[in-house]
Amino acid sequence: MENQNIENIQFPKELLDEVQRITSLFPEGKQKSALIRVLHIAQAHFGYLSAPVMDYVARLLLIQPIEVYEVATFYSMYDTQPVGKVKLEVCRTGPCMIEGAEKIVSYIEKKLGIKDGETTEDGIFTLKTVECLGACGYAPMLQAGEKFHEHLTEEKVDVLIEQYRLNPVANYMGQE
Amino acid sequence: MSRKLLLNNVHVEGIHTYDVYRKTGGYAAVEKALKSMTPEEVVEEVKKSGLRGRGGAGFPTGMKWSFIAKPEGVPRHFLCNADESEPGTFKDRYLMEKIPHLLIEGMILSSFALGCEQSYIYIRGEYMYVLRILEKAIAEAYQNGWLGKNIKGSGFNLDLSVSPGAGAYICGEETALIESLEGKRGNPRMKPPFPAIQGLWQRPTVVNNVETICAVVPIVNEGGEAYAGVGIGRSTGTKLISAGGNINKPGVYEIEMGISVEEFIYGDQYCGGIKNGKKLKACVPGGSSVPILPHYLVCKTAEGTDRLMSYESLAEGGFATGSMLGSGGFIVYDEDQCIVRNTWNFSRFYHHESCGQCSPCREGTGWMEKVLHRLEYGHGKIEDIDLLWDIQRKIEGNTICPLGDAAAWPVAAAIRHFREEFEWHVKEPNACTTRNYGLVTEKVFEKVNA
Repeated sequence: MENQNIENIQFPKELLDEVQRITSLFPEGKQKSALIRVLHIAQAHFGYLSAPVMDYVARLLLIQPIEVYEVATFYSMYDTQPVGKVKLEVCRTGPCMIEGAEKIVSYIEKKLGIKDGETTEDGIFTLKTVECLGACGYAPMLQAGEKFHEHLTEEKVDVLIEQYRLNPVANYMGQE
Repeated sequence: MSRKLLLNNVHVEGIHTYDVYRKTGGYAAVEKALKSMTPEEVVEEVKKSGLRGRGGAGFPTGMKWSFIAKPEGVPRHFLCNADESEPGTFKDRYLMEKIPHLLIEGMILSSFALGCEQSYIYIRGEYMYVLRILEKAIAEAYQNGWLGKNIKGSGFNLDLSVSPGAGAYICGEETALIESLEGKRGNPRMKPPFPAIQGLWQRPTVVNNVETICAVVPIVNEGGEAYAGVGIGRSTGTKLISAGGNINKPGVYEIEMGISVEEFIYGDQYCGGIKNGKKLKACVPGGSSVPILPHYLVCKTAEGTDRLMSYESLAEGGFATGSMLGSGGFIVYDEDQCIVRNTWNFSRFYHHESCGQCSPCREGTGWMEKVLHRLEYGHGKIEDIDLLWDIQRKIEGNTICPLGDAAAWPVAAAIRHFREEFEWHVKEPNACTTRNYGLVTEKVFEKVNA
């Protein structure tokens, strides 16, 4: 989302309700505990966590903006810069590596013409290598949005890239 | 056939739903505890069972529970650690995805035993789809009166919810988990004070692993003594093992503790042997943090006795010739795998995951990654091997949390057992850059066999 400024950053009602529900899971005055989940929702809705988005979340949860920034920059799932609609996160850790994760990464790099960490020109795909996703027995694997794609082969990568190209909606997080 | 206590009904159609779970005997343990047991009696059964933490450390659960402070008027909290991030480990995901109600039942029992009325499951952010499965199951449990106020007329109240992380291995450390659940960066806290005294929101808190909490269900159902009768010695009960790497049948297996490692690797009901008829080169039996074992120490101890799948047997010989059961992340390497590359990969992981609070870990993990990268890519010097040894020694034991140790151990063990392979990388730098694993390891493998 381009040119984000604080005025036009606003969750729709159903997301405000969801924030309300999540906050209510914690005792009164401990609403900061909802922050990590609310940031997932904000990232899914706004595309990435820009400074205005983080400021908005701070106001929603009645905390200081710095408290949001320090969390948003600590956890690896948050993007503070724009990314593609579909983030292909390929596990690169030990068990996946010995089952051929590196080959899968090079294959995707070649196929999409981007390197690890880059986004395709059409803005659809971002490729990112990540650390262990807890799918070691089903290696190699990648995560797109909430979905795990396991036992990857080049053929499977072809199919899923084609699917996401036609319907690039994998990058949602935190909403149904 | 090994006994199963957690995964008996995992293949029953619809076991993830409340109705099927209930029909197969689910929530009977909660019924029993609320009707006929006091919280102290539940703690007593868990103590008798000998159950030890399944997240990696293996600390006796009953003892951990007995440390919780009970100051008047201060709420206590029970937390489930579902941050499963140890490379090689994927058992908790399997449990929660397949039988979410088992965890919920365990949470109710544990919260009852500890007198906690507000409990949370902290799950890693990447498992968001599992979080949704759990939330659905929790809603079913509320609808059927197993959660909420005055559960089944017992007077016991419990609210349970799930909260995600957002991609940080360190949040599997219990004080970092607590920080994260408070909506902060996952920086581990100094201990003491221990969470049992000052945990979540400075209140007394107990944190247990998913599998540990699930094990409380059969313990209450069948009694602590019956549970202690399964397994071997101080390794009581069953353990879920996540098997991966170069094996024929990767997956999650529930084993009775005490079966032999050989049976686990080569047995048809478990890993089914090494893939493609290759030879076993090495094994990491308990997640990436534990020392790697060369093939001749995997199935046998240095004493020549059979190595068993238990806390004690896997640790036999200390770090010189043994390893740890850890989280049960069992990674098998065949003869084509490069130990230097694997060690570099793990060091990169720990460097990436270090929270940065303590200098030895923040700086040391980065140095280890760089030096190992240099060795792997053919620019290493022979002194680099000693340098690595020196760095890992200076990290171990010098950090607030065990991530430092976890980063040091795999490097130490790789050098201890595979020094020749590191030296080979220095002597034949060109061969290394082509990443010809077969050639690299074959030579070393023959030497090891000789």
